[in-house]
Amino acid sequence: MANMAMTTAAQNEWQGDLSELKGLVSERALTGETMMLNMGPHHPSTHGVLRLLLELDGEEIVSCIPDVGYLHTGIEKNIEAKTYEKGVTLTDRMDYLAPMSNNMVFCMAIEKLTDLDVPERAQVIRTICLELTRLNSHLVWLGTHAIDMGAMSVFLYCFREREMILDMFEMLSGQRMMGSYIRPGGVWRDLPQEFLPALETFLNYFPAKIDDYERLLTNNPVWIDRTQGIGVIEPDVALAYGITGPSLRASGVNWDIRKTSPYLTYGHYSFDVPLGEHGDVYDRYIVRVREMRESVSIIRQALKHLTQASGGFRSNNRKFVPPPRSELGQSMEAVIHHFKLWTEGFSAPDAEVYMAIESPRGEIGCYLHGTGGNKPRRVHFKTPSLIHISALSMITKNHFIADVVAIIGSVDIVLGDCDR
Amino acid sequence: MGVTQKLGNLGVVTTTLETAINWARTGATWPLLFGLACCAIEYMSTQASNYDLARFGMELNRASPRQADLMIVAGRVTRKMAPVVRQLYDQMADPKWVIAMGDCASSGGVYNNYAVVQGVDEILPVDVYIAGCPPRPEQLMHGILTLHEKIRGERINEWAK
Repeated sequence: MANMAMTTAAQNEWQGDLSELKGLVSERALTGETMMLNMGPHHPSTHGVLRLLLELDGEEIVSCIPDVGYLHTGIEKNIEAKTYEKGVTLTDRMDYLAPMSNNMVFCMAIEKLTDLDVPERAQVIRTICLELTRLNSHLVWLGTHAIDMGAMSVFLYCFREREMILDMFEMLSGQRMMGSYIRPGGVWRDLPQEFLPALETFLNYFPAKIDDYERLLTNNPVWIDRTQGIGVIEPDVALAYGITGPSLRASGVNWDIRKTSPYLTYGHYSFDVPLGEHGDVYDRYIVRVREMRESVSIIRQALKHLTQASGGFRSNNRKFVPPPRSELGQSMEAVIHHFKLWTEGFSAPDAEVYMAIESPRGEIGCYLHGTGGNKPRRVHFKTPSLIHISALSMITKNHFIADVVAIIGSVDIVLGDCDR
Repeated sequence: MGVTQKLGNLGVVTTTLETAINWARTGATWPLLFGLACCAIEYMSTQASNYDLARFGMELNRASPRQADLMIVAGRVTRKMAPVVRQLYDQMADPKWVIAMGDCASSGGVYNNYAVVQGVDEILPVDVYIAGCPPRPEQLMHGILTLHEKIRGERINEWAK
């Protein structure tokens, strides 16, 4: 057994030589002057299965080559084999910290392609869900980012509050994480009775907790030493790389899709877009923490809006949205619609659309090409994590190896989002 | 603990070596700090404040496979990742156990395609399978307790594999 184990390990060792890396690393690496170090895909601080090949001069990084694809799941290809409504369940599992954002962008693309109406009430519910998703994602980010830098207690506090959000998601959809709650034409079902009181409790409880996190980190000298001036991204470089979301706003670029091309009901609410000045790890932390406060304010405004919002929780277009259960016993037509939708699904025209929304990580876009039938010809997601990983080689240059961990955490990558 | 006899007030218990070692192994099964996808987030929740995996002596995650006893395969194993997972398993010292957490690790889950290994048992021996996409923390804890039961039942003549 032991012998067998050794052969397997030996087989997995890299058999090539350094000349394969010519052009990717500096000339000094080829002569052995600098050291090549492999980081990942199994590493506690790479936030998933990311592999980095680092060229080191002492402890300083000369070049960094990210290697992605360890979580390539073929989700885009799988969606091509499914009807539109079934495809929604797969989108949940791409960016698994923000499942609702993925649902949302896919559904928005479908709605645009099929010209499907969505009632106002459904839009408000979706807005609330998306902001809760942002809080959920930022809490995991803050907890894991802090634990990478040695601040264990923040992780425990963040996950405590996150459980409250997951409980609410469970009320909505019956699932803690992968709810597939947002569907083409609206949402799966109306808000359950217990949801609004739970949300109210959470909104009253949560802002004080953000103060707690800030008390632990914002003025903490260790935290400041580890983050200020580290991983600076200049605004023009950030734009050139296509960085979006909080990582871009930390560099001082005012770009938030919720403001620049408002979708859902974001246009009705007043909220600030927090901006950073220096574009370093610290600013990216500050921007995300402030975003959490803004999300709470958006949810409060949306709750007020919900009482006046017209329409139901989903569209009444029976060609796309199933009839309510109560109709099935009375109307033959409802039975036919139900049967058609759950066997064949609905059809979308042979056309292409691109829709983008602001996910917690940045711009997530969905390119959808219909065939005229019930399945898409091509689905492609433009995801922020892939772009942020591609920028890692630029950001980490000339930093110490310990800072790589801080930088990876600060751009908030999810490998499921990157590799799909 | 399988105490066979208690000798009055002498403070002495008698038991078998087998039971004593299995008891010790059960109480300190150190998992490998290793996550692949969505299930790893639920695994983190299980370790965090609300579910508190430390109650079962399992809060200590080791990032090095040399120091770990238990591999919780949390997430989808892709074809590119499979050799890495196998190497990590090979690097773990005996005795070692594997939990396949979630549908993807157990059977490939919803992904029956070119990219995903259809169950991690194609490359490793699995002790406990946990269903769910992703499983709730309670389900993971149930899986872990099931594994503990299995460890408690192990026989001395099976130790040398």
